[in-house]
Amino acid sequence: MSPAIQLSDINKRFGEVHANKDVNLTVERGTIHGIVGENGAGKSTLMSILYGFYEADSGEIRVGGKPVSIRSPADAIHVGIGMVHQHFMLVEPLTVVENVMLGAEGGTMLRAGEAKVRAELARLARDYGLEIDVNATVGDLSVGLQQRVEILKALYRGADILILDEPTAVLTPPEADALFELLQALKQQGKTVILITHKLREIMAVTDRVSVMRRGEMVATVETARTSPPELAELMVGRRVLLRVEKSERAPGAPMLQVENLSVVDHRGVLRVANVSFTVHAGEIVGIAGVAGNGQSELLEALAGMRQPVLGAMRFEGQEIRFADHNPHRMRQLGLLHVPEDRLRMGLVPAFPAFESAILGFSDEAQLGSGPILNHDRMIADLADKMKHYDVRPPAPRLKTSKFSGGNQQKIVLAREIERQPKVLLVGQPTRGVDIGAIEFIHRRLIALRDAGVGILLVSVELDEIMNLSDRILTMCGGQITGERKPAETNEQDLGLLMAGVTDEAA
Amino acid sequence: MDLDILVTVFDSSLRLSIPLLAACLAGLWSERSGVVDIGLEGKMLVAAFAAAAASYAFGSAWIGLFAGIGASIVFALIHGFASISQRGNQIVSGVAINMLAAGLTAIVGNAWYGQGGRTPPLEGAQRFGDVIFGHSALVYLVLLAVPITWFVLARTRFGLRLRAVGENPAAVDTAGISVTGLRYSAVVIGGVLCGLAGAYLSVGQSAGFLPNMTAGKGFIALAALIFAKWRAWPALGACFLFGLLDAVAIRLQGIALPGIGEVPVQAIQALPYLMTVILLAGVIGTAIPPRASGVPYVKER
Repeated sequence: MSPAIQLSDINKRFGEVHANKDVNLTVERGTIHGIVGENGAGKSTLMSILYGFYEADSGEIRVGGKPVSIRSPADAIHVGIGMVHQHFMLVEPLTVVENVMLGAEGGTMLRAGEAKVRAELARLARDYGLEIDVNATVGDLSVGLQQRVEILKALYRGADILILDEPTAVLTPPEADALFELLQALKQQGKTVILITHKLREIMAVTDRVSVMRRGEMVATVETARTSPPELAELMVGRRVLLRVEKSERAPGAPMLQVENLSVVDHRGVLRVANVSFTVHAGEIVGIAGVAGNGQSELLEALAGMRQPVLGAMRFEGQEIRFADHNPHRMRQLGLLHVPEDRLRMGLVPAFPAFESAILGFSDEAQLGSGPILNHDRMIADLADKMKHYDVRPPAPRLKTSKFSGGNQQKIVLAREIERQPKVLLVGQPTRGVDIGAIEFIHRRLIALRDAGVGILLVSVELDEIMNLSDRILTMCGGQITGERKPAETNEQDLGLLMAGVTDEAA
Repeated sequence: MDLDILVTVFDSSLRLSIPLLAACLAGLWSERSGVVDIGLEGKMLVAAFAAAAASYAFGSAWIGLFAGIGASIVFALIHGFASISQRGNQIVSGVAINMLAAGLTAIVGNAWYGQGGRTPPLEGAQRFGDVIFGHSALVYLVLLAVPITWFVLARTRFGLRLRAVGENPAAVDTAGISVTGLRYSAVVIGGVLCGLAGAYLSVGQSAGFLPNMTAGKGFIALAALIFAKWRAWPALGACFLFGLLDAVAIRLQGIALPGIGEVPVQAIQALPYLMTVILLAGVIGTAIPPRASGVPYVKER
């Protein structure tokens, strides 16, 4: 039997960037095939070519053994390829039925097609357990259910080959498990699944084969059973990487940041953090685990002074923080620094040269100039020095901030905050969109900082990161802290339940 | 007597609301597809001029109507080319359309007829006569556009795709449908409706073209569109309300109100605009526009 997909010598350039270099890939029918690689390795470009979003400059695509020309998503759908994008391609104000039928309406009038969609959705719900309220407005559904709509869209169009791009980035661990069960069920039915991810754990758990991409090239395709996460990581980066940074036991010091019954509302007045209490001690990393959007962002913003809490109390080194004049500048003067979650929106100005981004929030420091005049030479020299220590590539202070990769941008932010000798550091999603190699570096830095006696509050949606770095783990769900664990005394299932709101009391 | 006044006011409200309604529906089509259209004013104006000029030249109001629609479509396509194909700023393009229309109609009108930008007065078959209940065919044509708009958007494949492209063009693109094609269709439909609105002004309501005769109706129509939250039936209501305000303002001129006395004409004329501001400021609650409106579609890498 011929393979489901055969890509031969695919090339694609975007201007100077050679995004796909002579890529070959064979995906066998009825298998789950993983594709891993760092950001910018060319995975998404390759899948976009397969789905007709881009056209390859050269190369051949065979589907089921037959050469095909895929020049638009319509062509891809026609040959049985479906794709679930990382950012869902859904129309939020429309209903589930309308979203599923969009582009496959089955006639000029909607009525006839609608009946067919309803019947087909009912069948898919029966066969695969993909139940959903077909009349619900998509925007009202949870992220997990929205993803289900995407999968249903592809299946409704008769997809035999399903491409999923980073499908678990937005899911809770139980939701991710459910997704993997579904993928197995699809495989049993003879469907072929291509899974793009950077989470090696998922690759090991569900795939039959895995292909590794690095800098636009396909460097290896191996049987999953015959490989290991360290080997895959090495293939991805091109050198040995530590997936888990070693850290020694350390007794926490004095309480640095104390939070009591803190409540925070967002700009619309919706309660996002409800009655939260915890303490961060010196020389301790406290990790906050939770699915994105459960109040962690608002909590960070409130602690950093960007948002005024509505209730509760906050103490820094035992000193009460008055909310009336609570602002980031004051918190920074006290020694509470902040690496914000969204570096491009809050941490940097993408259009600035790096040396200007590297002093944001500290532009009034004496050593940066005299009076209101900034000394560019000094700023550049200062950043050049930091770039060396933080291994920022390229080490070019004058380069526009947006020209650096995610990992290097993050290092610039970290260097800016850490080199100002924080007493407490708030860190949000330190490795989002950051390559494996840089992750290792950032993790080492954070642990070194903790060993130097800094109290760190780490907010991350990556459970691995939380488990590896934290001395204590707090879970958040719906704005509340639902549990506290020591990393050694918990596991992902346990944390997953807490993150889903199943509290210790309820259990 | 009182009933007579009521009927008269209703009648003139309807007359005054028709151009608003046609322009408002034009904006609805365009914006539901994701193309912001502040050039409604300009398209109405060129349509009004072209309709009057063609009607005068050929002696037929219907030829005038088609000329008006044609001119409006040309301007709509300019806006479409700038904002869809070239991914330009839709506000800037709309402003340019308005300025171009205002200048061009006045200059060409003056060059052709030498009457300060006016067209010669139209009479007889050069105008749309009243057919039913004292209203011309154009009035019914525009009213008919309301249910048609609603039906097409709500019940047809084209409508579903159009609603989708105004909210998330990437979803439409990945479903294998042309974003560009859909948006151009919507912009052209908007052109047709603006053509109707303009022709109504010069060969329906009045007897000839006057420079700047749209007098901000395109912008009031945009306000009505927001008021109606980009939906067809509410658009009918909103436009009628604005028409009513206009009619009442005309009616109140020179009349002493009990306790207040005679209100200055300017204050009364400002009423519809004031009402627009008040309605938009709070009464209707938040009006959420189609999410992708105003944003050119660029495939992301």
